[in-house]
Amino acid sequence: MTANAPAGAAGFLARYEGLKDHLPGARKPWLNALRADAAAHFAARGFPTRRIEQWKYTDLGAIAQAHFAEPLTMVEGAIALPVPNAPHRAVFVDGRFRADLSALDGVPYRVLSLARDLAEAEPHLGALARPASEPLAALNTMLFEDGLFLDIPEGVEGGLLELVSIAVDPGRPFAFHPRHLIRLGAGASLTLIETATGRGQCLHNPVFEIAVAEGATLTHGRMLQEEATVFHLSTIYATIAAGGTYDNFTVAAGARLTRNEIHAALTGPKAACHMNGAQMAADGQHVDTTTALDHAAPDCASRQTYKTVLTGRSRGVFQGKIHVHQIAQRTDGYQMNQALLLSDEAEIDSKPQLEIYADDVKCSHGATVGALDADSLFYLRARGIPEAEAKAMLVEAFLHEAVETVTDETLRGALTRALDTWWSRQGAAA
Amino acid sequence: MLRIEGLTAEIDGKEILKGIDLEVPTGEVHAIMGPNGSGKSTLSYVLSGREGYEVTGGSATLNGVDVLAMEPEERAAAGLFLAFQYPVELPGVGNATFLRTALNALRRAKGESELDAMQFLKLARERMKALSMPEDMLKRGVNVGFSGGEKKRNEILQMALLQPSMAILDETDSGLDIDALKIVADGVNAMRGPGFSALVITHYQRLLDYIVPDRVHVLIHGRIVKSGGPELARELEAQGYASVQAAA
Repeated sequence: MTANAPAGAAGFLARYEGLKDHLPGARKPWLNALRADAAAHFAARGFPTRRIEQWKYTDLGAIAQAHFAEPLTMVEGAIALPVPNAPHRAVFVDGRFRADLSALDGVPYRVLSLARDLAEAEPHLGALARPASEPLAALNTMLFEDGLFLDIPEGVEGGLLELVSIAVDPGRPFAFHPRHLIRLGAGASLTLIETATGRGQCLHNPVFEIAVAEGATLTHGRMLQEEATVFHLSTIYATIAAGGTYDNFTVAAGARLTRNEIHAALTGPKAACHMNGAQMAADGQHVDTTTALDHAAPDCASRQTYKTVLTGRSRGVFQGKIHVHQIAQRTDGYQMNQALLLSDEAEIDSKPQLEIYADDVKCSHGATVGALDADSLFYLRARGIPEAEAKAMLVEAFLHEAVETVTDETLRGALTRALDTWWSRQGAAA
Repeated sequence: MLRIEGLTAEIDGKEILKGIDLEVPTGEVHAIMGPNGSGKSTLSYVLSGREGYEVTGGSATLNGVDVLAMEPEERAAAGLFLAFQYPVELPGVGNATFLRTALNALRRAKGESELDAMQFLKLARERMKALSMPEDMLKRGVNVGFSGGEKKRNEILQMALLQPSMAILDETDSGLDIDALKIVADGVNAMRGPGFSALVITHYQRLLDYIVPDRVHVLIHGRIVKSGGPELARELEAQGYASVQAAA
């Protein structure tokens, strides 16, 4: 099976063959079938190449050529946390749940680990992910070892939970593929703030399956702050039922290559989805946000605002597809992406895509790309503000605008700090 | 004192200033009047260091220091201030942050200690009260959603905070109703004194009823063609620029 595999797939397939009897749930036929099916898809397609439309601007060649094949050993002992004071936190190290580092006392719902609580996950695992169409979801399904599993009962106010992912550098290339299941019952709510940090030659390939039931609200903040040696490939699948809301705000501020791919479906009337974010890249980095939004029910609203800041020789990608199904009358959709290029060597590819099959629809999109506004810069300098400081003020303003719409104050504070941390590092590097 | 001698400048190879000679002694307010396209705004931008204007000859010094060789922020630190004809909107930059950053940049350049947020707020509130500006203008983005009059008042507030020794007011009267015009004029008149000079650029005589200049200069086709006392402004208002142009 591995002999004729497409480029890059062989190592992972060999790893799957070697590990499959030891992976969590190896004695569960339903899971074995799920993994085998995913492996077949991955074997057939391998890593996506730039010949595939959704991957035209992002080349995974560097991943395909690397060897992440060795199995992980559990990292033990104390590890410094990026959010040491978070009262409620679920901590994963190299993709594995660490109860000893987590803090879950008083959380008003059960926080499960996929590896430990697989039996309960059976009805939900794989319900939303599509290994047949997304090779990275296939890779994840084939090899996942653990992940966060939340099933928040109807009507429960979940408060704030921090999801912390830490990759520890073992001194050789390694990969982990956490699978997170987040389910909110009718009328439930949760704010999930995710922080990803990591070092070393690693591939972090998480897949989220998120189900927001009727009238439930999930606020999902993500701060991807891994070091510039890390490959980060996220795929999120979300469904939002009638009257439900999914808010995603992602700061992508690290990693050698980041792909932030979100598939969201509004499946019941008056559901809402907000996907916003700021993505930044410096010399040698590549950052890609790709969203696919299905308006599959009437009277739903969606809002997307993404900001990109590029310095040095870096590359940014924004692809946003909105599909308004025939049934989705009175859809209100809005998409905006704005890019700020701070160097002549930076490059942004921006591709909005609207497919509208309903006739009573309000849908708009816009894109801007540019350098810092010369008039604004002169205005600041004419008031005595030195050039570097003036530039920093304008970049911060551009980034902070992205978080203005975030209503949760804890989240907005965390996101703002993540943006400022990135920007202050650029100043230090320049 | 501001001394300009034989100043020539061009944009995109087109000569706009064709040899300006002008002196504004310390403590005096001078007005420059002229029709559209005469080079008034170009002169203000050349003096404040905006990109895109090439100085091809002549000199400009402020208190003996060559300003043309300086970066815009160095000119500001040397005491030069330009009140913009079209103040720029800066979404995402809070007005208070902007004003404090500018004030502290100048204080740093002068070797003075920086003001903390409380000290700054106290000072800003005082100055704003004098200009009849609502306090919420500090919280908003710089000039974002400001009316034309509010933008001009914000320029005068900046001047009042930064205390320049030489202010250039570029058509600060344009777009102002009579009440706003009086407030702006009061703001400028309050600065007048032995350590402050100003160059008031305007198309109309109206502003000069409220900011009475020591001297009036008429700029036409990139040259100062006539200079005189405050009565010259009223003369121009009555007879138009054509008479001066014909005489020149």
